[in-house]
Amino acid sequence: MNLEDIIQETKTYYCLECGKCTSVCPVAKYDPSFSPRAIIEDALLGFEDELVFNQKLFSCLTCYTCQQRCPCDVDFPVFIRKARSIAQDNGQHGICAHSGQLQSLARLMTSPDIKQRRLEWLSDKYRTSNNSDVLFWVGCAPYFEPIFEDIEFRALDITEASLKILNSFGIEPRLLPNEKCCGHDVLWTGDIETFKTLAEHNAAQIKEAGVKKIIFSCPEGYRTFKLDYPNFGFDVGCELQHISEFLAERIEKDGMKFNEVKMKVTYQDPCRLGRHLGVYDAPRKVLEAIPGIEFVEMQYSRWDSICCGTSAWTNCDSYSNIIRTQRLSEATATGAETIITSCPKCQTHFRCAMVDKGEEHRTTPKIEIMDLVNLVANALGGEK
Amino acid sequence: MAEFEPKIIAFACNWCTYAAADLAGTARVQYPPNVYIVRLMCSGMLNPDYVLRAFEKGADGVIVSGCHYTDCHYIDGPVKCDAMFAKLSKMMHILGLEDERLKREMISTSEGTVFARVVKEFVDQLKKLGPSPFSSLRMEKVAV
Repeated sequence: MNLEDIIQETKTYYCLECGKCTSVCPVAKYDPSFSPRAIIEDALLGFEDELVFNQKLFSCLTCYTCQQRCPCDVDFPVFIRKARSIAQDNGQHGICAHSGQLQSLARLMTSPDIKQRRLEWLSDKYRTSNNSDVLFWVGCAPYFEPIFEDIEFRALDITEASLKILNSFGIEPRLLPNEKCCGHDVLWTGDIETFKTLAEHNAAQIKEAGVKKIIFSCPEGYRTFKLDYPNFGFDVGCELQHISEFLAERIEKDGMKFNEVKMKVTYQDPCRLGRHLGVYDAPRKVLEAIPGIEFVEMQYSRWDSICCGTSAWTNCDSYSNIIRTQRLSEATATGAETIITSCPKCQTHFRCAMVDKGEEHRTTPKIEIMDLVNLVANALGGEK
Repeated sequence: MAEFEPKIIAFACNWCTYAAADLAGTARVQYPPNVYIVRLMCSGMLNPDYVLRAFEKGADGVIVSGCHYTDCHYIDGPVKCDAMFAKLSKMMHILGLEDERLKREMISTSEGTVFARVVKEFVDQLKKLGPSPFSSLRMEKVAV
């Protein structure tokens, strides 16, 4: 794929150079050297080298804020993704966060000979069944467990809470013992080959399992399955649902009764679930259904919501940290005691910003952060 | 068919294990040539990704070795290394790698013979285990 094709595919030639993208971009707000408009301009003028060898190409959060404002419907995030794949072909990789461990893990997972031990955490507290029609996608949670233990983030808490919820609705989900990384991060950093290998494996595993529905607790996996797999020709052939959508549907249909949880909360819209897939109402419906929850919106919410500062584990720099700090201050300004989010990665990034001391003059606000499913699991009562 | 020869990457700290390997060389201690030594300034600077990349590029086993707790040139390197190594082992365990393919050792400057013995034992062990589950990956494109 060359630059010309990408321009044609993403309709970049419609760009008016109005600069709306740069003015709403959360990165450009703090990083003066990053400008979506200038990146598009480079592409349109045919400055391929300036585009490809620019480290800032990997700073884009692909959060879709610019694309929503664009009067000409230029698909900037997809343009960035494709430009990154040219950059990868030229040996450019951005600066991978966590020194590239997560990308390495994804690449290691492409080996056909591995036998993962990804379900060792599973206790008999949760009921799962190998004949179930419903599959629960565990995703990277078992790997996040050791990686993020020092920022006190337990990704498996989210998985366990999801299983508890599904069980309480009478669903005994199926878990795949050899599911692999969904490929979201490698795809968005431009490593298409690895993505295709992973997607092929996952699609085959799901076809073989013959399930009718997959439930996700991670919006990134959900997005990848819903939009990217069909795009690359991998059809999983079943219904896909995020757990917040599942909950909203069940609450509406069955009128589920929850225990009271006294808490003032605000909600962080993950960009993958919100702007990418348009799921804004489901998590809010779930929050409203829990008695005792006082829900306040942040200044920027729903499609206006600000990204958590890094995506696809790349180019996490001081600007990312400023974005996080700003977002956290916004959350504390609402008077809420907890931020609810439905993306494990939002949680990782915010927790990291709160642990990180950063520059001396910067004070990161402290606020509790929790996944939506954990809140719902608490409201269901019983054993934690 | 030729016998399987495992490829071992050893991450060795500059002050102890690397010097021990040097000593093993000057003292003409015999040990198998399967080990490739990567010198780190301190075992505490080990990043899990170094090891992941080693496996990705075709290593069959990895040794991480540095000073003993009380010998560290930078005071608490081995403690940091232990913490990192624990994380790494958990990750590799989930990924399906046999636990025996990762080895944490502490070898001080004077222990050239210990270094040779460790390598020899590790090679024997890996020969029994066979090639690593990632050996089918020979990716040329590796992120920097």
